[in-house]
Amino acid sequence: MSLGAPYSFSHLAVVPAYNEAATIGGVVRTLREHAPDFDVLVIDDGSTDGTQVVAESAGARVVRHPFNLGIGGAVQSGFSFALENGYDYMVQVDGDGQHDPGEINRLSEAMDEDPRLDMVCGSRFLTKDYKYPSPISRRTGIHVFAFLVSRIVGQQVSDPTSGFRLFNRRAIAVFARDYPHDYPEVEAVLMLHYHRLRMREVPVRMFVRGGGVSSISSGKSVYYMIKVLLAIFVGLVRARPVVEPGDEAPVAAAGGI
Amino acid sequence: MSLNFQLLAIAASAGLLLVVLELVRRRRFLERYALVWMGCALALLALAAWRPGLELVAAVLGIAYPPTALFLVAGGFVGLLLLHFSIAVSRLTDQTKVLAQRLALLEERQRQSEAPGVPAPAAYRPQAAAARPPGGERDQVGRGRER
Repeated sequence: MSLGAPYSFSHLAVVPAYNEAATIGGVVRTLREHAPDFDVLVIDDGSTDGTQVVAESAGARVVRHPFNLGIGGAVQSGFSFALENGYDYMVQVDGDGQHDPGEINRLSEAMDEDPRLDMVCGSRFLTKDYKYPSPISRRTGIHVFAFLVSRIVGQQVSDPTSGFRLFNRRAIAVFARDYPHDYPEVEAVLMLHYHRLRMREVPVRMFVRGGGVSSISSGKSVYYMIKVLLAIFVGLVRARPVVEPGDEAPVAAAGGI
Repeated sequence: MSLNFQLLAIAASAGLLLVVLELVRRRRFLERYALVWMGCALALLALAAWRPGLELVAAVLGIAYPPTALFLVAGGFVGLLLLHFSIAVSRLTDQTKVLAQRLALLEERQRQSEAPGVPAPAAYRPQAAAARPPGGERDQVGRGRER
């Protein structure tokens, strides 16, 4: 139990959760069992179903947003927490049971192998023997993003929408400062590239969601496609894709028209 | 342009100007946001009241019927205002996000320092918080409003 002695590890597992009371307890327990080096932090993104209470009784620390900020805002709270509390590594794991906490060590091993890596992503498309159970439309979308992102960053990226990722301190600092609002994963890969940080993918399995509702319902998938494509192309032409220290504040209370 | 239309245009833009000024006076507007509205009202008022000016604008733009120029200018200002608000809303969204994140992180830190290892006090749970407002700060806010 790490709650009584916080910051004793330098590894943090961040689980963004919005109305995931049905699955979050199991995810937290599995994390503590299979990834004992990791402190578990659940970001309760304004849930109305008692996600916070379930997560806390399963032994996680919980940051609770006063209202729903979306997945980007939730994960960014995790980056801020990791940065401020001095964690060296942060892994992001979905709260719906999609990811297998037992595979976090595969991400860690890849990170340890090559100290130049700043982010290691779990990809569901690198395993030959496992068929990811998802509708053909979603897979097609992911492959379109994968093609575009691979071209832009000049490196093969097979699963840019994966939310199963391990970050080191450099990547944590970058994303705590600036992280995309909604549907952030694809943009985050590009941001990493613009910051000249390095990433690698490792094969992982992903499960069908255990409960709750995906942040991307089928009705929203067209909007999702268009929004992410826009983000990709805007990122290409943006004079300054990312905010560097000393730049004008991205959020400024004063001024403006 | 008929006299009636001109009178209507003058009345409408003067009315807009008065409403904006009154809103600023009552502090319902930040001056920052009032400026665009006042510019809009003043420009429309000037063009509506000053026929040669409107005719000049229409001639320059190649508009045969001068009152149309009035609509064009008004439409331009509407577009400008919408853009202005989109920018303002985007900025507010960003600021709200950061504030909510800071608040959530501070609340978590406070809970940890008050009772490490113990689940959140009932006041932090949504149902309990709704049923029984916590004391202290909220009471002060309440009293502040009553004054």
